[in-house]
Amino acid sequence: MEPMAILSIFVLAVFVGFEVVSKVSSTLHTPLMSGANAIHGVILVGAIIVADHSHTNLELGLSLAAIVLATINMVGGFVVTDRMLEMFKVKKKGADQ
Amino acid sequence: MSSTLYDLIGLAAGVCFILALKGLSHPKTARRGNLIGALGATVATLVVFLYVTKPKDGSPAHSLPLHNLGWILGAIAVGLAIGVPAARKVQMTQMPQLVALFNGVGGGAAALVAIVEYLNLGAEATKAEVIFTVFTVVVGCVSFSGSIITFMKLQELMTTRPVVFPGGRFVIAGTLAAVLGVSGWVVAALGTTPLLVLAALSLLFGILFVLPVGGADVPIVISLLNAFTGLTVAASGYVLNSTLLIIAGTLVGASGTILTRLMAEAMGRSLFGTLFGAFTAKPQDVAAAGEERPVRSGSPDDVAILLNYARRVVIVPGFGLAVAQAQHTVRELADLMISKGIDVAYGIHPVAGRMPGHMNVLLAEANVPYDQLAEMDEVNPTFGQTDVAIVIGANDVVNPAAKTTPGCPIYGMPILEVSNAANVIFLKRSMRPGFAGIENELLYDPKTMLLFGDAKASLTKVVSALKAL
Repeated sequence: MEPMAILSIFVLAVFVGFEVVSKVSSTLHTPLMSGANAIHGVILVGAIIVADHSHTNLELGLSLAAIVLATINMVGGFVVTDRMLEMFKVKKKGADQ
Repeated sequence: MSSTLYDLIGLAAGVCFILALKGLSHPKTARRGNLIGALGATVATLVVFLYVTKPKDGSPAHSLPLHNLGWILGAIAVGLAIGVPAARKVQMTQMPQLVALFNGVGGGAAALVAIVEYLNLGAEATKAEVIFTVFTVVVGCVSFSGSIITFMKLQELMTTRPVVFPGGRFVIAGTLAAVLGVSGWVVAALGTTPLLVLAALSLLFGILFVLPVGGADVPIVISLLNAFTGLTVAASGYVLNSTLLIIAGTLVGASGTILTRLMAEAMGRSLFGTLFGAFTAKPQDVAAAGEERPVRSGSPDDVAILLNYARRVVIVPGFGLAVAQAQHTVRELADLMISKGIDVAYGIHPVAGRMPGHMNVLLAEANVPYDQLAEMDEVNPTFGQTDVAIVIGANDVVNPAAKTTPGCPIYGMPILEVSNAANVIFLKRSMRPGFAGIENELLYDPKTMLLFGDAKASLTKVVSALKAL
């Protein structure tokens, strides 16, 4: 990929990241951190790619370890975030504050 | 599958992640946001199986299925078998540790991916690719070992106090210099041994970096390490030529940085002070104010009588409540008071519990109606009309020193102004000061009554005493 294209994607993503979370009530800090944490679990995609590219047993072993860890990060992260947020579902009144 | 379609689906997953973060920022849409994120991640993962990316060594992309497909699926199954039960079964009080651990394994995964990628880099590898790979190894390892230390602190497998040793700052600075030096060596020499040395040094640096952080500041560090892991994912995306990883990683890195700052602000901390406290920290003379001073301690019956004749009661839950697992008993007490016609509210400090928002989760788990939970700004003006404020296992968040004593470590942190209530009841295990290690003058105030003991046991006694009245 063109370096300039990558730089553009990177810079724009930085600003989108800044903007989407600029005002968050402290109630949601923990779930938001946990959700963002789950999102970086997509390193799983990278782990699968390197597992496919692996030639030696060492490379394969390391990439499989990466797949296990990344799966824990991604799936565990989304499940635990959902559990946290599930607790809030009863709140009908005042949810906007 | 064509490469264009593959990229389009990756782009869609990236959009899902933006919507997820946006949704998670608002109470109403938070749960849906999380599900959108999960959807994006699932789609992104499934699509990799349908399209083979070109290996770095220049050999042409092979046909489907992926090499080592059985191994890959097996490893995913192992990850599911560990991650899902851990996330489902964890006690809500222990959830912050689990988040720290998940973040750590994510960092570890990124570092491993980078190491494999490094072993795989052919002669055609550009300098930029090598540099990004080295960056991922370093930051991924720091995130991994640092998160393990935060996990141990939160799980109380080690002390929650800052660990500061003589000359610590020189050790930390020296390790950092070594990490940078070896990074240069790896980029120049392209060898496996330097890379392993670098990984070991980075792991060490992660440990040294987190050790001096005090228990109360740990959430800020977890959030920062979370942002770090995001950046490593973005860097892997560059090396693996995956737009999706670049977008997802950068989003997490950027939003994680902002979130870290927001958290530090809510706690009245300077981010710089939290992170570099190790360089300036002096052992605190906590015991200095240790002389005996009279306090008024009461029995559960005294507390019950006080509550029975109150019109408005504000409950201030804190760290100790979570530790004692007393949230259900608190709710029982609140329900009992409400049935007696007493106006009850919970005053929630933004950083009550072990992480911002943790207390809301714990109380919601105990089925406390949301409209009884009042945020600090809402509840503070009402303390003047409050007959009794019950502080359960909290200390620093109600310490007037934050307003009155310039120079004390929590000066400037917003507090719950329970001292304006007609009576204050503290449920405490001992006279030990809170996390910040500062005396709380409010404990010696004539209108304060102390009920010593485990929060859950004390509350149970208060409930039965109040029932008997």
